[in-house]
This record gives sequence, C-alpha cells and structure tokens, in this order.
Amino acid sequence: MNLEKIKSDIEAAVPGCRLQIILNGSPSGQHSLLLGREHAVEIARFLRDDPELRLDYCSNVTGVDWLDSETSEKVKVKKLVDGVEQEVEEVRKTRTPGYLEAVYHLYSMEKKHGPLVLRLRPENRTDHVTLPSLTPVWRSAEFQEREIFDLYGIIFEGHPDLRRILMWDEFEDHPMRKDYVEPNDYEYEPTPHDAVLEKSKQARAIEGQR
Amino acid sequence: MDLELKEALSRQGIFTTTLEELYNWGRRSSVWPLTFGLACCAIEMIATSMARYDLARFGAEVFRPSPRQADLMIVAGTVTKKMAPQVVRLYNQMPEPKYVIAMGACAISGGPFKQGYNVLKGIDRYIPVDVHIPGCPPRPEALMDAFITLQKKIDAQSLTGADRPRHLNAEEPSEFIVPQYGAHDLEPPKNVKLWNIITKNIPNGPGTASDNEPRKD
Amino acid sequence: MEMIAPAAQELIPNNAAATGDDALLEISLGPHHPSTHGVFRMDVVLDGERVVKLKPVFGYLHRNHEKIAEGASYLASMPYTDRLDYIGSLTNNWAYALAVEKLAGIQIPERAEYIRVITAELTRLQNHASTIGFLTQEMGASGSPLMYSFREREKILDLFESLTGSRMMCNYMRFGGCRVDLPAGWLDQTRKVVADFPGFLDEFERLLEGNEILLARTQGVGVLSRELAIQAGVTGPILRASGVNYDIRKVDRYGIYDRFDFRVPLGEHGDVYDRYMVRMLEMRESLKILEQALRDIPSGPIMDTKTKIRGFRPKAGEAYGRIESPKGELGFFLISDGSPNPYRYRVRPPSLINLTVLEDMCLGSNVSDTIVIFGTIDIVLGEVDR
Repeated sequence: MNLEKIKSDIEAAVPGCRLQIILNGSPSGQHSLLLGREHAVEIARFLRDDPELRLDYCSNVTGVDWLDSETSEKVKVKKLVDGVEQEVEEVRKTRTPGYLEAVYHLYSMEKKHGPLVLRLRPENRTDHVTLPSLTPVWRSAEFQEREIFDLYGIIFEGHPDLRRILMWDEFEDHPMRKDYVEPNDYEYEPTPHDAVLEKSKQARAIEGQR
Repeated sequence: MDLELKEALSRQGIFTTTLEELYNWGRRSSVWPLTFGLACCAIEMIATSMARYDLARFGAEVFRPSPRQADLMIVAGTVTKKMAPQVVRLYNQMPEPKYVIAMGACAISGGPFKQGYNVLKGIDRYIPVDVHIPGCPPRPEALMDAFITLQKKIDAQSLTGADRPRHLNAEEPSEFIVPQYGAHDLEPPKNVKLWNIITKNIPNGPGTASDNEPRKD
Repeated sequence: MEMIAPAAQELIPNNAAATGDDALLEISLGPHHPSTHGVFRMDVVLDGERVVKLKPVFGYLHRNHEKIAEGASYLASMPYTDRLDYIGSLTNNWAYALAVEKLAGIQIPERAEYIRVITAELTRLQNHASTIGFLTQEMGASGSPLMYSFREREKILDLFESLTGSRMMCNYMRFGGCRVDLPAGWLDQTRKVVADFPGFLDEFERLLEGNEILLARTQGVGVLSRELAIQAGVTGPILRASGVNYDIRKVDRYGIYDRFDFRVPLGEHGDVYDRYMVRMLEMRESLKILEQALRDIPSGPIMDTKTKIRGFRPKAGEAYGRIESPKGELGFFLISDGSPNPYRYRVRPPSLINLTVLEDMCLGSNVSDTIVIFGTIDIVLGEVDR
C-alpha cells in the first residue's frame, strides 16, 4: 500500500482535512498517517468503505504518552565579544511540549492487505485530552479505547460506553502515563537492591519521621 | 495415652485412638479445596487434579465452587489489588477450620509482577497463610508436597491448650478486614495486625516499626 | 424459602415491579465462578432465565505487564510474555520475537524457523485440546472429557519440558532465533506424539460428534454473523467459524508458513458447534504441518550470529508484528527511542477483543447457554487483562 496515494485519495474524498505522513526510522517501514481531529471519523469511514482500500478490520488501538522533551544542539553564532565579532558556539535548547497519542492499526480482511497506521493526537496532555471515538466505525475499538481512557486518560467523544475497564471505578490516576507515581508499598523486601533498595530506604525514612 | 501401651494393644488386634487423633485424621483426609483459580498457577492446579497427578489420592479431589463448603483455599496466581477484596471476602465466608496455601511466587510476594501498580505484594498482607509454595508456576508435585505439608500440620494440631488452633480459640478472629477500593490504592494497604505477626522476627522489617501502636501525634 | 426470598428481593432494581411478570434480576457471574476461566466477571440482567443485558467486567488480573515491560530491557520482557496466554506460552514468545525482529530488521536461521513452527503447532494442539475439554466440562460433562484432553496435553508438555526446561513457562525464543538446540532424540519423541495424536482426535470425535446432548447444546446457539465478526475485530477460530477466510499464517505468511501444505477450516453457521468443529479440524491441519516440518527440518545454527541479545538497542522507530496464536491475532506493538528499553510496549490481546461480541452472542439465550458461548470464545485471563 502506497501511503502517498492513500493520502491523496483521502484528500480528494474528504476536502479540507489535515493529514501528515509520519516517517518511521525502523526497518519495519511501517509509516503512519497523522489525522486532524476534526475529520477523523469521516476519514475512518472513507478508509473502511472505499472499494479499493476496504480497511474493514481495525486490529490494534493503543495510546502512547510523550513527555515534554528538550533537545539541545550546538549552533555557531556570530557575537560581539569584547568589541570584536567572533564566532562562538552556543547551546540552543528547543522544548517540545508533551502530547498524548492514539495509534490505530488497520487491516483489510476482504483484500488481505495492511497495516495502515493512523495516529490521532489530542491538543496536550493535561486539560484538552479529547479525541473523536472511532468505535462507531470499527467496533473492535470499543474495549481498546476504554483501555486508553483508563490508563492514559484520553476522553473519546462519541464512545458508547466510556468507563474504566481495568482499574476500579474509584481509581483516579492514569497509570500508563510516563509520569505516574505508583503507591509505595515496598515496606519490606527480603533482598532489596537497586531501585527497590532506594524505595525501601525512603519508606523507612518516612516511617521514622512519624 | 501411653504410646507403648497403644502399640502393645495394636499388636493384639485392639486398636485404640484418641479423640484428637480421630478428629485430625478425619479432617486431614478429606480436605475440600475451593475451586479458585486466579492465574497461571490455576492451570497447574487443574493439572494436579487430573489423571496423571491425581490429587484424589490424598482425599482432596472434591473441589467446591462455594466457599461455604470448602475448607482449603489454594491462592493459585497473582492477586491483584482489584481482586484482593474478593479474595478476603471469600476467605471470610469459609467456615472454620480453614487453611490457605499460597501457590506460586505471585501469591507469596507478587512474584515477577511485584513492580506492578495493581499487584498485591503477597496475599499474607490480608489473610493468614499456612503453606507457601515457591515456583512460577510450581509443578504439580510441588502442590502435592504443599498439600502433604498441610496434612502434617493438621495432624499435629492439639484440641486443647494454649497452642490450640485458631478455630478452637474464641478470642481469635475468623474474619479479616476486607480492603476497600481507594483513589490511589487499597484502603488499608495491609492488615497491620496480621502483617506484624509475620514480619516481627525479621530484623529491620516493618513489623519492628511501631506500626501497630497508636501514634503520638 | 423464607431465608432466600428477602435477599433475592434486594437484588431486583425496582422492588415495585418485583411481583409482576416483567421483574428483572441482576446477577454478577464472577469474578469467583467455576466456569469463567479465572477471574472474569459478567454483570448479567435476567428476565426469568433469559439474558437481556450482559456487561463484561475486566481487570481482576490486570498485572501491569505493559508498564513493567516499559521499564525493562527487550530481553527481560520475554519471560513475561509466557504469562500472557499461559496455556500457549510459545506462541506468545514467537509474536514478541517477531515484533522485535521487525523493529530491528533481524533475519533468523532456517533451523530456528522450523523449530518455531513445530513448537507453535504443538502449542496449538494442546490449546485446542484443553479448550474442547473445558467446553464439554461447561456443558455439564463434568470431569471425563477434560481428563482425556489433559492426558494428551501432558504428553505435549513433556516435550516442552525436555526442550525448554519448563512445562508451561517456556521462555524459549529469542530475537534472532531460539535459546537452545533440540535435545537428542527430541524429534523422534515428537514424531511419536504427532503419530499418536490422531488416535485421540478419533476417540474424541467418536465420543462427542454424534452425542445428542452436545448437539442440542451447541447447534444454533450463540450465532455470530460474518459481518459482526469482521466489524468487531474478532480473530482466530471464532472468526473462521463464522465463515471468514482469514488466517494470518496464510495472509502474512510469516516465518516459513508458505512452505507447508495445509488448509484453513471454515464454519458455515457461526454457532457454538461450528467453533467446536473448526478447532477439531484445525488440530488435524496442525498435525499435517507438524508432519511436514518434522520431515524437512534441516541442521544448522539456531541463532542469528549478528544479533546482540544483551545490551540490545534497536534504532528509534516502531513496529507492529502479529501472528496467528491459537486464540486469534496476537500482536505486539513496540516503539523504540533508541534506549535499551522499549518506549512503548503494547500487546494486542486476541482474548480481550474477541469478548467484544460476547453480549451480542448471549442476548436472548439462557444462562446455561451463556456459559457455553463464553467457553467457545476460549479466553485466558492473563491475556485479557495483561
């Protein structure tokens, strides 16, 4: 399947949609297509019903959490040092804000081809975490989107039954996020080592303060 | 009863016994386990009750689905925090005398999944365990060994005296706290009374800390 | 009766309607229930004996496999994959190894490919055998059929044990090949087991196929339509029982499955009986593959020499690899950021997604049929909740 062609097909079928090809550096060569949120459901319908593509089977749906990242690069800049213009190396830092992501892997049972990888991104990872649900298009996303809601906290609009699936209803955190801190119940470990040793030391220090 | 006299009588064809022996013999020879599988170890538990290993040889083939009819709980598999309240509730529903075998690394300590946020680090935080079997999963032979160990333990229990088992002591509890689902963890995260008994002999273990005493502040 | 009546009243959502004919009863099947294959729970609303609503409740075995794997190296996750679908650990190994091999572009030697096919097909045999045993147990044939199937399962587990050192948690495959070579005489033992297995299938078929109770309990029960099966992403024997020809061994031709001559059994009606029959026929096809693989297996290395197992750091990127596990499409989705640990590690569990259609299949049937329908989906909780 040619991703460029699929992209132009979608653009012809759903006018005004935002699409971007995300390249994948691994030898697997599974490049993906980033969809704009506004037209995601329309695009999904097109992919499912288009007689050439017929991606009728949504296999895998999952979330990914990308934290804020900082990349630093050395840049040569011309600067006035002591009144003389010199070329000085400067470290420039670029901060990429973190985001959440939902990834869909599509196959076709009729045409027996695939996978086509779709990505959807909410605006940020704190307060605007909504995405349109693709469960009305592929029902196989039902439990998997619930799982993303449970573990990553992405709210899927239009999902028929969006509840926590793996953790209990009273639970408040989203444990698969990279910055989740789990409850410290390591108060005793027969042979503590590495990270567990640190945790048990901390726990004992807290115990001592009380 | 005098052991020599008993033996002399048995050589004459007269069999004598004590109430204690009879009572323990009866109980150890027909332990009814609860049909209670949690994870991988449950498959080995099923394999143990099948033809090749045949747990029936030890009088324990009657797996009961209802806790009201069972007297042995084999905690076979990972106890998650979501499942822990149900495990304790099932234990509370079993009639005394009741025993617990913690089968496999997960039931003992969380095992390979110990780092998990939803994994209980050992079922003995909430209920008392009689026999622990290590292994991931333990082989059927290991489960049978644990079972024989439990039978020996039942055999050695006395009916009277200070060291009589829990079910014959009216002051000992037969029900334990059922944890509640909290916002971040189970409430309480462990049964402090029970956990202290287990860990008090370990140097620097939590049992030595003043967990159980009222806080001064 | 006085004892039971008040308690039953409490469960009914609307007490006022409790005396009328339209009284609904809400019950919770599980998480401790002898026929839910572990700690699965169904919230069922009953109208008399008829199911009018059924909501599965998950998470009682959610042991954070994905989170743990994101903090561990690629190699360290291999033994955890054994514990996903704990009936068939070798297929899980293969799916994970395949995903990592895609991620890093690794080719594996010929002999390792053959060993993978042999172990995976043996896993399929023992999985289907025990599934059918459990299914008949759920229909009320308590004990005997399960004993028959576990007798056969033990023979295959013996092979696994002599090969990998463990009955259930094999931890055998590595990215780039397999961990150890076959022990002496293993192929002959396997040939013997494979030669004897049709006898078991014949015996089972003789006992079950014409059995009137089995036919009455399975035919026309829990029908799953072809369209719904595709729409809900159902895979594995359940999908094929609904008549969809989709077997990843044929579609992706991963490994060396294109070299073997085998057919994909398909059902016609999509009911419980078809699912049972598809599994029985799949075992015969697996035996065919095994015979060919055992005949053709070459000698040679079992590990790709260029692959570094320890300190393995694939390039940044992502890959989704999938295989046909006994339960359906088992996939692993990995994202690497160039570090020794995967940045994202995701398991696509066939058991969980196959449960999407549970409510649709059960609506309108009796509670006793619900248990049978649930049994034919063939789930393992370790994989559903991960």
